[in-house]
Amino acid sequence: MNIPTELKYLESHEWIRIEGNIGTVGITEHAQSELSDVVFVDLPKVGKKLAAKDTAAVIESVKAASDIYSPVSGEVIEANKRLESEPALINTSSYGDGWLFKIKLSNPDEVGALKTADAYAALLKG
Amino acid sequence: MSDAGTVLKSPLHSAHEKLNARLVEFAGWCMPVFYKSIIEEHHAVRKAAGLFDISHMGEFRVKGPGAAAWLNTLFTNDTRKLKPGGGQYTLMLREEDGGVIDDLIIYLLEPDHFYLVVNASMIGPDFEWLNAHKPEGITLTNESDETAAVALQGPVSVEIFKEAFPQATTIPTRNQIVNFTYEGQLAYAARTGYTGEDGLEIFVPVALGIHLWEHILKVGKDRGILPIGLGARDTLRLEACLPLNGHDLGPEITPLQAGLEKFVSFTKTESFIGKSSLEKEKTHLRRRSVAFTLTAGGPPPREHYEVLHDGKKIGEVSSGTQSPTLQKGIGMALVDPAVTAPGTNIEINVRGKNYPAVIQPKPLYKRP
Repeated sequence: MNIPTELKYLESHEWIRIEGNIGTVGITEHAQSELSDVVFVDLPKVGKKLAAKDTAAVIESVKAASDIYSPVSGEVIEANKRLESEPALINTSSYGDGWLFKIKLSNPDEVGALKTADAYAALLKG
Repeated sequence: MSDAGTVLKSPLHSAHEKLNARLVEFAGWCMPVFYKSIIEEHHAVRKAAGLFDISHMGEFRVKGPGAAAWLNTLFTNDTRKLKPGGGQYTLMLREEDGGVIDDLIIYLLEPDHFYLVVNASMIGPDFEWLNAHKPEGITLTNESDETAAVALQGPVSVEIFKEAFPQATTIPTRNQIVNFTYEGQLAYAARTGYTGEDGLEIFVPVALGIHLWEHILKVGKDRGILPIGLGARDTLRLEACLPLNGHDLGPEITPLQAGLEKFVSFTKTESFIGKSSLEKEKTHLRRRSVAFTLTAGGPPPREHYEVLHDGKKIGEVSSGTQSPTLQKGIGMALVDPAVTAPGTNIEINVRGKNYPAVIQPKPLYKRP
């Protein structure tokens, strides 16, 4: 299972890529394989303010709807509109074109509390 | 799945593990939800063939003089319509309100000798109900633990069946059941299913389950057969508008609400449990099941979502999904009987937002 080392993770299987004070958020390869075929994504509105672990998006697979949490606090500055017509990008490119939204961090100190790739890998092994 | 001690395992469990199935708990059983992809598995059944483990379902045998008449008092359909080798869909109801205890298929193997196939979650309650009403002289046996079963479904399923079981000289016709010898043991094959496709359901002694599963997958390989999980079983049956007990049927839902009156015989000789409740209900039906499709893109409808018409709530979704065939949200809903005409515009409320939908004739998918 691919777990890129440059990303940070939540135990609920979201990843975040930090660049300056902007974070890009998606779900892990493990999460997409558990969900199977993604058929719809409810994305957050640009400008929406989120606290860390707030529900930010909903991903619907054929089987079920899953809440997606924001790893950090901040304001949504962009949502991945491609997912509205191509939700399966989450399956085919979970760390790339299947990203969900970008958030401007309001409290960068929160990043320290997120899981490293090693810690997330250990969690998957249980 | 951490609670493995209380969850039952199918006799085909090790075969599912070998195929890397994603396993979930369903009706008290640990069953595959998909092997690779629900959508791929769905299309395999529509275009070629799929093999389902249905060993979790229950099998009962009812034998003895007067069995046909007795079952007529418990089930809604008329057992006298059956000739030996025939099967019928039927329902078992509560007396007080005609609510559905279970829906099942019964086969007449020979005069006054029936084979019943019931839902996994209802094996215990069904058996107790039948046993409590059973007259002297009739034997009722629960063969669920001794039986493994698979469903072979899809347009090429009969070809695969013929090649896999050349010893089965008679191929059953729709709803019929035949017996044949498999590895020296008695097996049954019925021309039934839960997908909207042609296909068969095959019942063998439990020890032959894995052998049967692997044999059919091997024979069907060149024709595109795939093992199919419960995920695609649900999308397939929903496109065909086949009800799922506990969702589209249940103790609070009658066959008339569910639109299943063609499986209810009001004219047969024997009265059945729940008949008087249904007769009363006929004149003032509280709600009625309809099928619908989402008009544009939108999230898959799910059970209990509100259904609206002209801004007013008219009912609730009883089950819904994203249809791989129609590539849009579909579902069935129990709604105000005044608002059931196909073509009627409705809305489905998903997380506070209303999505336009249209009531459609059932089924949403009919095989070509």
